[in-house]
Amino acid sequence: MKNLEADFFSKHDPKIIPIIRNATIGIAGAGGLGSNVAVTLARVGIGKLIIADFDKIEPSNLNRQQYFIEQIGEPKVIALLENLKQINPFSKYQIHHIKLDENNISSIYKDVDIIVEAFDKAEMKKMLIETWIAEFPEKPIIAASGLAGYGMTELIHTKKFDNLYICGDEITKLNDDISPMAPRVGIVANMQANLVLELLLHQLPDVISKQSHELL
Amino acid sequence: MKKQILVNDNLIEWQENLTINKILKIMNYSFKMLVIKVDGELIKKDEYGTKIVSENADVKIIHLISGG
Repeated sequence: MKNLEADFFSKHDPKIIPIIRNATIGIAGAGGLGSNVAVTLARVGIGKLIIADFDKIEPSNLNRQQYFIEQIGEPKVIALLENLKQINPFSKYQIHHIKLDENNISSIYKDVDIIVEAFDKAEMKKMLIETWIAEFPEKPIIAASGLAGYGMTELIHTKKFDNLYICGDEITKLNDDISPMAPRVGIVANMQANLVLELLLHQLPDVISKQSHELL
Repeated sequence: MKKQILVNDNLIEWQENLTINKILKIMNYSFKMLVIKVDGELIKKDEYGTKIVSENADVKIIHLISGG
């Protein structure tokens, strides 16, 4: 197992390994965005992931979420933990089968370096962002807005507002004709995960704002 | 010179007693689920009608859309 762990990290630049192994990242929600962010960050080798979600897996989730047929009916966080351990057993995973609200966010996520907003509903996104900015103004929050439908990859972007980052197209609404689908949900989830890495690995604050400013 | 504020990087004319609700009307924003920051400070929904935005303010209005 020790050799396997060394081999797992053998493709990484040795300089980044201590930073990613010491990082703790929060993921709020384990649906389309959250399950994809978690799988990517587990493959990256982030030291610890803290993931919370209250929901159970439904057949319709399998169109974009990182679950399997035999996991239908299981709580998402339980199934995700099984899947993450299959991908990378060398990281730590802390799961919470709970509905997040203004009162439990700060205790669950107090030890994270960065939080990723991975909810489905806009009102939950707003609740998390406002709670986070009030409780942890110094810690980055990476949210997603506008990712339904297909195509239009070129409209998807990242914007920075102090420590709040928004990934998505910021326009595509859900309706009967436009639903979240695997490609765009996966793109935005991986943009969030990519930004986690960028923020961890460019730890000088002036470099972060300079780099991110160029994105706007 | 006209007094102005920035709203999502657009320059708009500043006026006396300018509230968030007035800015939303001027910008023609009809979105419901918003996160709003003025000069980096979070403005809660119950302040949209009362918080007076001063000249030269940098206003960011972030529209949150369901889907994930």
